[in-house]
Amino acid sequence: MTTLIAIAGLGIICLIAEIFNLRKAIVPVTIIGLLAILCLNVVSIPGVHVANLNMEERSFYNNMIVQNNYAILFSSLFILLTIFLVALSPDFHKEHKAKLSDFISIKLFLLAGAVAMVSFGNMAMFFLGIEILSISLYILAASEPKNVSSNEAGMKYFLMGSFASGFILFGIALIYGATGAFDITAIYEAVSTGAAKGWFFPGVVLLTIGLLFKIAAVPFHFWAPDVYEGSPALTTATMSTLAKVAAMAAFYKLMRGINLEVPGTYVTVLIIVSALSMFVGNLTALKQNNVKRMLAFSGISHAGFMLMVFLNPPVTAGTLFYYAAAYTLAGIAAFAVVISVCGDKRNEESFKFNGLGKTNPLMAAVLTCALLSMAGIPIFSGFFAKFFLFNQALKAGQVAIVIIAVVNSIISVGYYFKLILAMYTKESTEEKQAVPFAYTAVAVVAILLNILLGIFPDMVLGYL
Amino acid sequence: MENILQQIGIENYIYLSTLLFCVGVFGVLFRRNAIVMFMSIEIMLNAVNLLLVAFSTYHQDAAGQVFVFFSMAVAAAEVAVGLAILVAIYRNLNNIDIDSLKKLKG
Repeated sequence: MTTLIAIAGLGIICLIAEIFNLRKAIVPVTIIGLLAILCLNVVSIPGVHVANLNMEERSFYNNMIVQNNYAILFSSLFILLTIFLVALSPDFHKEHKAKLSDFISIKLFLLAGAVAMVSFGNMAMFFLGIEILSISLYILAASEPKNVSSNEAGMKYFLMGSFASGFILFGIALIYGATGAFDITAIYEAVSTGAAKGWFFPGVVLLTIGLLFKIAAVPFHFWAPDVYEGSPALTTATMSTLAKVAAMAAFYKLMRGINLEVPGTYVTVLIIVSALSMFVGNLTALKQNNVKRMLAFSGISHAGFMLMVFLNPPVTAGTLFYYAAAYTLAGIAAFAVVISVCGDKRNEESFKFNGLGKTNPLMAAVLTCALLSMAGIPIFSGFFAKFFLFNQALKAGQVAIVIIAVVNSIISVGYYFKLILAMYTKESTEEKQAVPFAYTAVAVVAILLNILLGIFPDMVLGYL
Repeated sequence: MENILQQIGIENYIYLSTLLFCVGVFGVLFRRNAIVMFMSIEIMLNAVNLLLVAFSTYHQDAAGQVFVFFSMAVAAAEVAVGLAILVAIYRNLNNIDIDSLKKLKG
């Protein structure tokens, strides 16, 4: 609760700081503030093993906000990601210094939306969270008004995003009609006592469609590559890490919250969506030349992997968090390198990475580690994330989807290694350029956290 | 109020809002003018508002009507951002046809 208020307050302080000519202080103050909020947030985790998602929770404001370990852990991850994104901002936006406070405060409001999305206890809070996140992202995607690709990305994202919001809203309305409540626990009770009417299931399906749009899973993924390619690189980093994981976490919490046992057909549909996401994402990524576009398709395939948590819902909250943390930390590290190599030149073709191993060995090493983690090579946390995920899918008896997922992990190595080989074997075509300290710091810290998570998975798994 | 709802039946309200929602969906999918697409999205959101209000009367519960306020506020914020993006596009391309946006392909 205090987390949400503090984040929104920090965003407003950023806007006010600009009025009082304190532009230089904005980024340090924001980072220190976010670190403080992160500490407060982590301290509030009870130090016990809580097996059930619904235990040990505190609710605020008539059950609008429910804080449990799931919400606290995901909020902490989001805050950490925002710290990285804010740290990347001043160098990325150095040509628009006057707009820095806007960029930072929009990122903070986006974080507030993401936190609301994982700690909701009521459909109203869920809807507001998802909309705050989306509207902030529409603005960020179109934040280069003179650039036609950024305009196009913003427009496409806006149209698809509000289209999806319409579906989510219709689903919420039908669920309200069937159960007479917006409160998650009340809906849960109505469903488990059989009081829910026939409109409940169509409502859940519409809600699912809307959320699959937001996480860019396959039948609804067509917007993602264009939007990722056209948006400024820092916004792409935000979308592919923070926004995707927030939508996934909200999806999981919602589905766990309102149905006790998902019906069989629903699971079958999710398995098909998951398998299609992996295949389409990975096979299309193989032939991409633009690095941002390649990472977009890789993100689609990772959405497919994350959808596998629905196969064995009661025990997979920890796995979902671990996978999300591994994927986003690797993603932030990769994007920090992409931004440092391509910078503001708005051209992310993969030949720019040729010979990076010689011109900038540190950044090349970080990008290699990040890509290896995404591909699922041991010692990086990406491997253990996939390992836990497959293990739990096997326990649920879903062998086919695990085989598909393993095959896809192998396919994905193909395009990740294409980039790695380009960095180490080809000759450089670009002259060496100085990399700002912030980019290096973010890339190195993110990848170190990723490796740390890989070595000590119990660090986070024990709490969920 | 309740009387009218009983005479008409809640099903008919659901059919009407589903129909309006579909009008909106097909508008977004098939029209190519950005302003018309925005209007279609508004129709989608307003169909939902109608449904929420009907259910609110049906359940004799004010929460549904309060939710409509949230959704209206969100719709207003969304359209404000959308129109701002539209203005930026118009300044660059001098038209608002969605088909002229095809720089990003792969």
